[in-house]
Amino acid sequence: MATVHLTSSDFDAQIKSGMAFVDFWAEWCGPCKMAGPIIDQLSEEYAGKVLIAKLDVDKFPDLAQRYNCLSIPTVILFKDGVEIGRQVGFAGKAGYLDLLKKAGL
Amino acid sequence: MEEIYDVIIVGSGPAGLTAGLYTSRANLKTLIIGGEKWGGQLMLTTLVENYPGFPEGIQGPELMQRMRDQTERHGAKFLQADITGIDFSKKPFVANVGQNVYLGKAIILSTGAKTKWLELPAEQRLIGRGVSSCAPCDAPFFKGKKVVVVGGGDSAMEEALVLAKFTPEVTIVHRKNSFRASQIMQDRVKNNPAIKIIFNTEVTDVLGTDKVTGIKIKNSQTNQEQEMAIDGLFVAIGHIPVTELFASDIHVDEKGYVVSRRHEPQNLLDKTDIPITQRYHSMTSIEGVFSAGDIHDYHYRQAVTAAGYGCEAALDVERWLTEEK
Repeated sequence: MATVHLTSSDFDAQIKSGMAFVDFWAEWCGPCKMAGPIIDQLSEEYAGKVLIAKLDVDKFPDLAQRYNCLSIPTVILFKDGVEIGRQVGFAGKAGYLDLLKKAGL
Repeated sequence: MEEIYDVIIVGSGPAGLTAGLYTSRANLKTLIIGGEKWGGQLMLTTLVENYPGFPEGIQGPELMQRMRDQTERHGAKFLQADITGIDFSKKPFVANVGQNVYLGKAIILSTGAKTKWLELPAEQRLIGRGVSSCAPCDAPFFKGKKVVVVGGGDSAMEEALVLAKFTPEVTIVHRKNSFRASQIMQDRVKNNPAIKIIFNTEVTDVLGTDKVTGIKIKNSQTNQEQEMAIDGLFVAIGHIPVTELFASDIHVDEKGYVVSRRHEPQNLLDKTDIPITQRYHSMTSIEGVFSAGDIHDYHYRQAVTAAGYGCEAALDVERWLTEEK
């Protein structure tokens, strides 16, 4: 399954139920470019279990603001729409797997 | 049986990649354990104007990608994974990356340095919520906001200049009464109307629960403490060498920097009849283990000096492998 690109209009609906792993990123961010391919791998590995998604903070600054996301890449893990974990900065695949493991995934 | 590399390079900043370029061109079987966060500190910068050969400057991440491409093109194997241990007591040396084992006749340590934080109680909790060490990464979040940069070196100047493109309210807070940054960077800062400077002042606390709302600052001459309402705090007070993984095996100084034979010749001489110091400047306290870049260099710390040290270590490895056989 490919990584889902969220927007302001579908964000709430997409993360409302189940687990969602959202990578807040932007084109101008160097470390985000390193994270990109790993996020895509995760979307394959976690297909059907977790919604692996990306949100472009340049296009949708309202959502970055809502979650006080002032540094990217930041990944926020949601369960039924509620934040249950956060990884600020690129910590490699291991960092993302840790975040998912802590949530029992 | 695992493959044996002639040299394993740990780290992939300008030092490691330049070392890899030289060793692979010297036909040495080269493995670079580059880290998941590969590329080093330049990955967190924007325009690099002082790396020779790029008259218009080059973006830091692009420069690193080019170095990596160049090194791989000449045959070095690049592993984008974190090293988890090295056994220096074995010959060849044994490097571990999780469950995987790699053997190397020589090792070049070039793991560089990482951000030094202020070590204030709320600081770590607010990273990514207004506390940052990377203006080029995070400045766009602070359009029109009030931000403070802490530090007095070139990286603090660069952080402030990057932020000044997004907001007219940048303040540099520095604990001394002058900057140690290069003159050109200081001039740019001083000529930028968006940047104010507060000398002789330390940041003593970061305020905010879900995000930064302010800081406490203390004037070191009057001892007066006051609060300052801000939205972002950019920490640029320096770096610490990344040597935890081998500090118990390799001779490091009190700050954690690797001591190579270029620093302390007499103490580390293990062959009294041969002036090893003159032959292997980059060798560490363990024969066959070399160092390059910010891991040992607390003086120059430039991309181009790191690249130079990488070259030095590679040439030392090449000669050592030939001579010691």
